[in-house]
Amino acid sequence: MNVPWAAGQVPRTQGIAQNDDVVRARQQVRGHAQQCKLSLVDQTKFITAASELARNTLVYGGGGEMRSGLVERDGRRGVAAVFEDSGPGIPDIELALTDGWTSGGGLGLGLSGARRLVDEFFLDTEAGRGTTVSIVKWSR
Amino acid sequence: MTERVPVLRIGDVLLVSIQVDLEDQTVLNLQEDLAEQIVSRAARGVVIDITAVEIVDSFVGRMLATIASISRLLDAETVVVGMRPAVAITLVELGLSLGGVRTALDLEKGLALLRRAAADTDRR
Repeated sequence: MNVPWAAGQVPRTQGIAQNDDVVRARQQVRGHAQQCKLSLVDQTKFITAASELARNTLVYGGGGEMRSGLVERDGRRGVAAVFEDSGPGIPDIELALTDGWTSGGGLGLGLSGARRLVDEFFLDTEAGRGTTVSIVKWSR
Repeated sequence: MTERVPVLRIGDVLLVSIQVDLEDQTVLNLQEDLAEQIVSRAARGVVIDITAVEIVDSFVGRMLATIASISRLLDAETVVVGMRPAVAITLVELGLSLGGVRTALDLEKGLALLRRAAADTDRR
């Protein structure tokens, strides 16, 4: 992610190793989205995107962690979440970002849908090296 | 131990009101519980109240569509009631329009919709 965490704010880490960690990740992100004073619709979009990505980390990445917190750039405030796993990685990024494509049993909306719900989306992955997805939503 | 969402019965309608942040396994349990109870209680309708639900992601969205399909096969209609505006906006942007799922704004309208559907079926 090339967006800096807000000064004086330490991002919080949530491990993602089992089903209820997805719920915990959602709750942590909800707290940060409220702290950032996002509108209700923007909060809902951001938490939903985080929920998709947390599930991806668990199901496709074999578990990992999420860091989330407030970010700041050019005087703007936002909320960010970074999902990291050391799973198999994504060999074909373009394909993985296509609506309806899935390597598992899902709907294939996780990555592509999450990208539509946020303002900035960074995907860093390589086959065999794991995947890091970062998302940012700016306060309006 | 995963929590289970209670399934209530009013007449021939099953009512599920989701009040907690759902874990994936709880969602899958609910699907099975509903299928079983539609048959064992001879229900003609299912109302799923999501008034308290702040987030519907693709997993929960798919669950709603799946329950609607399962109940249709078991001769029951499903209505999802109480969706928040922010949830509707997010679902469409996510790419899930829940085409096969009937919705109503609140519980009262949902029950009325089921009564009308039942009356239509009886007339045929």
